[in-house]
Amino acid sequence: MARDRRFAEERLFRGLMIAATALIVSCLALILLTVLAKGLPFMSLDMVTRTPQGGYYLGKGGGVLNAILGSLYLAGGATLLAILIGLPVALYLNVYARPGGRFVAASRFAFDVLNGVPSIVYGAFGFTLMIFFGLRASLLGGIIAIALLILPMMARSMDEVIRLVPRELLEASYALGATRWETARRVVARQALPGILTAVLIAFGRGIGDAAAVIFTTGFTDAVPGSLLRPAATLPLAIFFQLGVPIPEVQGRAYASALILTVLILAVSLAARLLSRRLTRHVVK
Amino acid sequence: MENRTHISVQGLNVHIRREHVLKDINLSIPDRKITAIIGPSGCGKTTLLRSFNRLIDATEGVRVSGRVLVDDEDILDPRAEVTHIRKKMGLLLQKPFPLPMSIYENVAYGPRIHGIRDRRRLDGIVECFLRKASLWDEVSGRLSQPASALSLGQQQRLCLARGLAVEPAIILGDEPTSALDPQSSQRIEQTFTELKRDYTIVIVTHILRQARRLADHVVFLYLGELVEQGPAWDFFNNPKHPMTREYIKGLIS
Repeated sequence: MARDRRFAEERLFRGLMIAATALIVSCLALILLTVLAKGLPFMSLDMVTRTPQGGYYLGKGGGVLNAILGSLYLAGGATLLAILIGLPVALYLNVYARPGGRFVAASRFAFDVLNGVPSIVYGAFGFTLMIFFGLRASLLGGIIAIALLILPMMARSMDEVIRLVPRELLEASYALGATRWETARRVVARQALPGILTAVLIAFGRGIGDAAAVIFTTGFTDAVPGSLLRPAATLPLAIFFQLGVPIPEVQGRAYASALILTVLILAVSLAARLLSRRLTRHVVK
Repeated sequence: MENRTHISVQGLNVHIRREHVLKDINLSIPDRKITAIIGPSGCGKTTLLRSFNRLIDATEGVRVSGRVLVDDEDILDPRAEVTHIRKKMGLLLQKPFPLPMSIYENVAYGPRIHGIRDRRRLDGIVECFLRKASLWDEVSGRLSQPASALSLGQQQRLCLARGLAVEPAIILGDEPTSALDPQSSQRIEQTFTELKRDYTIVIVTHILRQARRLADHVVFLYLGELVEQGPAWDFFNNPKHPMTREYIKGLIS
């Protein structure tokens, strides 16, 4: 009897887990299919090679090159900035700081809280900062806002993967007379590289897809961004504006823009995966 | 020669949080001999070994007092510079931990951080110490492969070569064969007996037979106290302390 019940439980929970997995996978598939089905008919070479021409938002010619480049510059710049701050933080927490100390616990808690702050708040905060420094809506303002937005997540995920590096590996390096910096750079960063890359990638994906943080800080323009101090267009906002126009042609282009954004993120992920496979040959398991 | 000593410990006390892990330890490690630190698990053997190169600093809540003299320098002095102390000692852990790089880079890592850049000199160093650790013949054709691809026994010998490459005078081993199969253990032991001509070797072991096979000098710890130390032959054949007698007979563990 008891045995039958145990088997039934096993089957039940297995079923539930399969159902949950199927739900997630089908959601993803549904999103991709919608974007493909609605966007593909409106895809054209013009979409990715031209900027909006006069009357573009009323259905006339042009494309969203301004937003593609704007988004790439913005997310690229913000990711770079966040790495420059996040990686040293993660290394500090795990290699330099006293293990189990209050400072370490407090930092981790702070990042977790910041991670839960909605992106519109980062936008508003960035906007306040910009007013303080006398900066107008610009690519630079957006880069700072997005960097602030993705920094907590990036630093925390780097922290988690670096924490998994075995203590003994650090000790092996110290025992050879290496300093903490040499150990952090040559051993820890190398061992944790695949995880660090993943952290960077997820942060990039979140940064390039965010609309709320850029709405005040970056502005929007039909021109290709030429300077850090000028406004720049971004794909999420381009999608938002086009979707709001009651003309089917323009709404279709919104889906085409969404398709471009999706493909961009996919391409960056794949490139990073390939890169990481090359770089992680030596990682100790 | 008999009196010269690289490591001498005077009145060493170690507390970890509220626990008194090592109690007033006094000992001298003889030069160019194999010293075995034995005792039941949890008696402080590893802590003692780790205080020799101050790896103990990284332990949470640790307090250390007393003196550990390495070549007449008190390494516990807060002003002592740890990297050059650690450079004097190669360390083998229970499990081999190769660095996340190639076989070649593992051995070259130490010399590189201590300033050797010349490629040809590094090539020479890598070959020399892989030979000393009796690993060269097995890996000479695949130096650029990841170190993690080697077998455990080979990895441990690689770690030995890596430690030797910074030209230490002392080799510390923390149960260096406990994760290895009998054959690999034997090779490590054999390498140790060859190396003791040039190096002072200190190993922690809980295997009495290993201590009997290898050691010239034995240190017996029990519950953080040094019970007895002396030349291996005397220690095993004519133990002075009743506790030593019981431990050797296998009565306490």
